Amino acid sequence: MSLAADPAPRLRTLPRAGLVLGALVLCLAVAMLAGARFGLLLLIGLGLGITLEGLRFGFAGPWRAMILRRDPAGLLAQLLAIGLVAVAAFPLLASAGAELSGAHAPVGPGMILGAFAFGAAMQVVLGCGSGTLVNAGSGNPVGLVALPFFAIGSFFGALHAGWWAGLGSLPLVVFSGQAGLGLTLAALAAVAVGLLVLARPDARRLPGRLILAAALIAGLALANLVVAGQPWGVVYGLGLWVAKGAAALGTDMSALPFWSAPTHAERVQASVLTDVTSLTNIGLILGAFGVAAWRGDLARPLPRLPLRAWAATILAGLVLGYASRMAFGCNVGAFFSGISTGSLHGWVWFAAAFAGSVLGVRLRPRLGLEA
Amino acid sequence: MATRRLTGALALVLLAGLIAADLAQSPPDPFAAPPLLAWGSGQAAGGAHCAAAPD
Repeated sequence: MSLAADPAPRLRTLPRAGLVLGALVLCLAVAMLAGARFGLLLLIGLGLGITLEGLRFGFAGPWRAMILRRDPAGLLAQLLAIGLVAVAAFPLLASAGAELSGAHAPVGPGMILGAFAFGAAMQVVLGCGSGTLVNAGSGNPVGLVALPFFAIGSFFGALHAGWWAGLGSLPLVVFSGQAGLGLTLAALAAVAVGLLVLARPDARRLPGRLILAAALIAGLALANLVVAGQPWGVVYGLGLWVAKGAAALGTDMSALPFWSAPTHAERVQASVLTDVTSLTNIGLILGAFGVAAWRGDLARPLPRLPLRAWAATILAGLVLGYASRMAFGCNVGAFFSGISTGSLHGWVWFAAAFAGSVLGVRLRPRLGLEA
Repeated sequence: MATRRLTGALALVLLAGLIAADLAQSPPDPFAAPPLLAWGSGQAAGGAHCAAAPD
C-alpha cells in the first residue's frame, strides 16, 4: 500500500509536530523561569531520553543479552560511548580546573557491595538508573512502579552512605593526562576484545543503530559535562526529590547526614529546575514518552503480572536507589561517567555490578517478572 | 484492556505534580542563574552528583 492511500501518516503528523513543539516550549519555559543553562540541560536530557528509547540503547538489557545469549552488541556500544566521552573529557578536565569535575569516588567494600546489589536489582526489573526513567516515561508499568521506590531508596542510601564509606576504602584513584587516557582506552579495548572472544560467533558485530546511539549518547554526555560542570548522573536527582518532599513535610533536614552538608542543603532549598541531574532525569522521562507516543508504543497492552512480581519490583526499586548511593553512582554516574572521567571506582563498579547481574538474571523469572 | 497510554500518562501527571509542588515551594530566580556554560565560566562545579562524598 502506498503512503498516499494510507491516511494514518497524515493523521499522525499533527500530534508528532505537537510533541516536538511541546518539548521545545518546555525547554524555553525552563530557560525563562530558571535560566538558560537549565533550559539547555533539559534539552540535553530530552536528547538522552530520545536516543536511549528511540535507538534502544540501554544498559540492563545488553548485559542480560551477554549473560544469557553471549550477544555483546549492546555492551560493546556502551564501551564505545564511554571511550568517545573519555577522549574529550580527559583533556577537558585537565584544562578546566575547578570549572569541571569528574565522577570520582573511592573504592571500598560498601561501594563494591552496593554495585553488586545494584546489578542484581537492575536485572530483576530490567531497568538501571537511566533505564528505569526511560521505562517509566515510555509507559512500562514495572518502570513506573519501581521509580518512586528507587527515589526513596536513594534518599535513605544517602543518609547511610557515610556508614558504608566508614567500612574503609582505598585512596581515591583517578587516571588522568595522556597516560591515564591511554590506559582507559586500552582497558576498554581489552574488555571489548574479551567480550568478542566470549561471544557467539554469529553475534560478533556492532549494528549501525548502536554505533549511532553510542555517538549521540557520547555527544550529549559531553554536552552535559561542559554545560553543567559535572558528568551525567541520575541517582542524585532522585534522592533529592524525596529530600525536598521530606523538607516540605517539616523534616528537620539539618539533623540528617548528607542532606545537611552545605552543597546538598542548598540543593534541597533550591528549585529542581536548577538541579542538573533532576533536569536530565526529567528530560529522560519526557524524551522516552515522546518516542513511545511517536512510534505508537503507548497502544501496547499492560502485562498481567503476579502479585509477587509487583512486590519484587518495589523491593528492587528500593535496592536500586539505596545501593547506588553505597556505590557512588549507578550505571550512569559510576560506570559510564566514572570510567569516562578516569575514576577507578567506575571499573570496580562495572565488575561488581556485572557479577550482581548474573544473579539478577536468574532471580527475575523466579520472581514472576517473565510471566 | 488497559494500555501503556494509562501508565505513560500517569508518569507525566506525577512528573507535572512534582514540578508544580516544587515551583510553589522553591520558585527559581532567573536573575540569579549561572552562565550558560560551566566550562569557561570561572565558577567551580557544584558537587551535587551521585559520586559526591558522604560529608
